[in-house]
Amino acid sequence: MNKIANRTVICDVLMKKAEHDQDIVVLTSDSRGSASLAPFANAYPKQIVEVGIAEQNLVGIASGLAAVGKKPYVASPACFLTMRSIEQVKVDVAYSHTNVKLIGISAGVSYGALGMSHHSLQDIAVMSAIPNMRIVVPADRFETEKMMNLLVEDDEPCYIRVGRNPVEDIHENLDFDFEIGKGITLKEGNDGAFIATGEMVKKALDAAYLLEEEEIHVRVLNIHTIKPLDEEIIIKAALETKAIITMEEHSGVNGFGTMVSKVVAEHAPCFVKVMALPDSSLITGNSQQVFDYYGLNAVGAAEQMKKLLVKKHA
Amino acid sequence: MNKIKELENKSKNLRKRIIDVCYKSKAGHVGGSLSGIDILNVLYNHEMNIDAKNPNMENRDRFILSKGHIAEALYVTLADKGFFDKKELDTFSSYQSRLIGHPNNKVPGIEMNTGSLGHGFSLAVGMAIGGKMGQKDFRVYVMMGDGEQAEGSIWEAAMAASHYQLDNLVAIIDRNGLQISGTTEEVMALDNLRFKYESFGFNVIEIDGNDIPSILSGFKLARKCKGKPTLLLAHTVKGKGVSFMENNASWHHGVMNEEQYQQAMDDLGGMCHE
Repeated sequence: MNKIANRTVICDVLMKKAEHDQDIVVLTSDSRGSASLAPFANAYPKQIVEVGIAEQNLVGIASGLAAVGKKPYVASPACFLTMRSIEQVKVDVAYSHTNVKLIGISAGVSYGALGMSHHSLQDIAVMSAIPNMRIVVPADRFETEKMMNLLVEDDEPCYIRVGRNPVEDIHENLDFDFEIGKGITLKEGNDGAFIATGEMVKKALDAAYLLEEEEIHVRVLNIHTIKPLDEEIIIKAALETKAIITMEEHSGVNGFGTMVSKVVAEHAPCFVKVMALPDSSLITGNSQQVFDYYGLNAVGAAEQMKKLLVKKHA
Repeated sequence: MNKIKELENKSKNLRKRIIDVCYKSKAGHVGGSLSGIDILNVLYNHEMNIDAKNPNMENRDRFILSKGHIAEALYVTLADKGFFDKKELDTFSSYQSRLIGHPNNKVPGIEMNTGSLGHGFSLAVGMAIGGKMGQKDFRVYVMMGDGEQAEGSIWEAAMAASHYQLDNLVAIIDRNGLQISGTTEEVMALDNLRFKYESFGFNVIEIDGNDIPSILSGFKLARKCKGKPTLLLAHTVKGKGVSFMENNASWHHGVMNEEQYQQAMDDLGGMCHE
């Protein structure tokens, strides 16, 4: 089991880049510890801006820094960054088109038992509705590294969504193609397709291998970039398979599944089941307990796929 | 002396142009534009290091209009300065114009899109921190409204400006005492703003924001302050220069009829001709 969290990888890449680029600036809202950015702060004290617990100011200051040529990386819990600062994100980052990278840490139900105030299950819905905002949700540490290496080279706004804990590897190493806006086919199959994002990708992959034991061949797509969405790979799956299940660590209301469903409905209608968290406050538990309770695991996904394929043949 | 006279004449002409733009477009926020225009005039025609021919000059001073609803006052000032053709002012708020009702950074000379109150101060703080980080000597100016002071984010920014000792930052409050629903003190009491900002660690300078010599000396004093940010608390008159608009909250974004337009122009010394 991998022990390196995606947020740690983000810090590592920023440290490597900051060595040669004084314009890289990290901003925190009393969040350097929870963002695993303390090593950056210690190594580059002149390239970190602490704003205290003030998320509106956090994003406003970042936009001002970007407007004078800096390359700001804002790291704050996703639940606050995408709610408390949302108007600054909309106006100061997206509308003014500033090169601000927003890193939502401990996203989804990472904070588990801390409750709904600390869950970010509406962030994809909110951020995806903002023009000029990209959303990237890497599935493992290798994707996180590839994503960061690409993002430091561009000057467009982006929302990066990562969880708190280390996640199991999807890839074995860095030897794979990764492009912002392009999905990755992790497993072939034409009976059905799992289209997953973030930490759900591993669960989708496990579900697909469980189904292989029953001779059901399910494709697995890893959509690390939610916006812009890779429509082509989704349409291809809709045309070539019989049913689609989307999986996300987010509310089922206006999230990733909704976006995939829109593409499918407009281009290649087929059955789509959205697996997500319910439109309510959640049971108390750590993230794994929450996922299991709501069936967001390999067994739950495999069962849903079988049901959907039966429905298709009914 | 000549400089003062020149700026006073300029203010008069800019006011007339504001009236013209608001009348023709049947849009804009005329009252606040007239209270803030003298400060904009001094900033762009005296205080700031800017070049209309090179609006993206690296070491230029930066200005953010946090009270973005007086966009027409900024557009008029920029057009007068030569950032874009004055004829374009006729397109203000019209179909497909880039002169949107709030500042738009697709217009040369405008740094950031504003319009939602309580944003500009943080932007300016970020710019000023960036200037210090890069050891650049540009200065940063932000103009806020007084009603805007009720936004909590303003005080987040004020705290940070002081924490980072941003003596390259001048925040200005257009203290005309009125907001859309009435006086600021009725809507949400702000006073005493001097004490509030001083307690946040600011060098506070009170000026008459409609008096050119007073504005000039305020900016001059601000330059002398080291180790902390400056707040120019600019006492102004909403609707300044137009008899029936002065100190009248209903002219926050009122629309003139022809008679009122003529009256306004008469008050300002005749029709627009430069």
